[in-house]
Amino acid sequence: MRDPIAKRVSGMKSSGIRKFFDIVSEMPDAISLGVGEPDFDTPWHIRDEGIYSLERGQTFYTSNSGLMELRSEICRFTRSHYNADYDPATETLITVGGSEAIDIGLRAMLEPGDEVIIPEPSYVSYVPCTIMAGGEPVILSLKEENEFRLTASELEEAITPRTKILILPFPNNPTGAIMERSDLEGIARLCIEHDIFVMSDEIYAALTYKGEHVTIASLPGMKERTILINGFSKAYAMTGWRLGYACGPKEIIGQMTKLHQYCIMCAPTISQYAAVEALKHGDRDVEEMREAYNERRRFLLHEFERMELNCFEPYGAFYVFPSIKEFGMPSDDFCTELLRAKKVAVVPGTAFGDCGEGFVRISYAYSIESLKEALGRIEEYITELRNK
Amino acid sequence: MSEKDIKEMRMSILKAIEHDGRVDLNELGVRLGIDATDIANAMSDMEKEGIICGYQTLIDWDKTDDERVTALIEVRVTPQRGQGFDSIAERIYKYPEVDSVYLISGGFDLMVIMDGKSLKEVSQFVTNKLSALESVLSCATHFIMRKYKQGGTVLAKKHEDERMLVTP
Repeated sequence: MRDPIAKRVSGMKSSGIRKFFDIVSEMPDAISLGVGEPDFDTPWHIRDEGIYSLERGQTFYTSNSGLMELRSEICRFTRSHYNADYDPATETLITVGGSEAIDIGLRAMLEPGDEVIIPEPSYVSYVPCTIMAGGEPVILSLKEENEFRLTASELEEAITPRTKILILPFPNNPTGAIMERSDLEGIARLCIEHDIFVMSDEIYAALTYKGEHVTIASLPGMKERTILINGFSKAYAMTGWRLGYACGPKEIIGQMTKLHQYCIMCAPTISQYAAVEALKHGDRDVEEMREAYNERRRFLLHEFERMELNCFEPYGAFYVFPSIKEFGMPSDDFCTELLRAKKVAVVPGTAFGDCGEGFVRISYAYSIESLKEALGRIEEYITELRNK
Repeated sequence: MSEKDIKEMRMSILKAIEHDGRVDLNELGVRLGIDATDIANAMSDMEKEGIICGYQTLIDWDKTDDERVTALIEVRVTPQRGQGFDSIAERIYKYPEVDSVYLISGGFDLMVIMDGKSLKEVSQFVTNKLSALESVLSCATHFIMRKYKQGGTVLAKKHEDERMLVTP
């Protein structure tokens, strides 16, 4: 029989997280700090709106781009919160999570051989989506001494005449790093100078703990070369609703809509109605969850300091990314051994790129009680390693 | 600290202790980014000012051998000249059996919540004491059959983490 599988797919590396997930699922009694989604339930008024939409029988397709009411709310929100102005009719597309927007955005924009600069450590889908779209990933390794921010000089070094897109994944999963206005200005200057487009994945925008989140799309000259990606998963604890969106120049959004139309048709209707409610009346929920995350973030950092575990202070998302270099073991082994010896799951930094070696991702999307229990075990583990 | 900072700090403390009166102040200090001594001082000030009125324990008595019953009693009363409802409310809340007394808008005036050892005890209290008060016009007693949620805490079932153990 012929090989039923396309080589470009069989050749694709499966996610490093997947491997770890398989180990963990054999240990049902393990406790985990390995989850990349909020521990909060979707606020009840938002769920209620989803239920009402079912009751009213709003169970048909929406337009390909998504409900106009939702797109309008997204544009109002993006204008008032992030100072970026988009037209709901032509510059906004509702997608199935931010993930779909990443995929179809890259597919809409890349010619074979175009280079995409991907700062790592970062979310697992940028590289495979770039490859599937025919582009060439150019990995840019972020550094701990820069708090894992992207600096203009690092970017300048990675740019070639073939560079077409820069992925800008901040606030960052897995490091928790953010980019402030002054950081973004240098990046924007280079993108304009070299005619590079930016895919700004801002899914964690609402979870920023130092000043207000700034989108690169709001900087002068950047709106026309930025695809802004956001969604409802992290801010409103709506991961399972699968709803995200992309805002950008109408030429790009138009072509993305074409791809979206053929592979998805439209994002889930019930989720779209719930999301309207989230944007209209969800600000307070977001603020409360953000405050809770921030308390846990301070708590974790304080505990690490006490344990003398080296960790830079991250100001975004719900992750800390401590260094485990002092133990002289690969992140993978560190995590596997921690899981085996103490039954605590954290994710090796290498799951997010080779330069994540020497780090682990710890999520604080857990109650303080759960964090305490897990940290106690981690402390036992590292004390044993140090005394070896 | 400016007055605004103090107000903000007080609000953060109150929010934190509203559902967790036993929180360790050092830990709370870390979580809020405030010095633990400042928190202790603010709490003692708020105790003196009557903002913090006590620290209680939320108990699900149904899970014990205790056979108590809780009743919610709607009371209609005639307000007294010059005193409004205050003096009759006081006469009611002074009974130790009474847990809470609220002045209510709508079809009745006072809502009284009380605990008794048995249905009989509650009935006797309503008949002999509450209804006997001069300004009380009528009482409607509702027995609470099951407490699903109290003070912001769900008693009915434990919340389980349904997330997968590891996700990107």
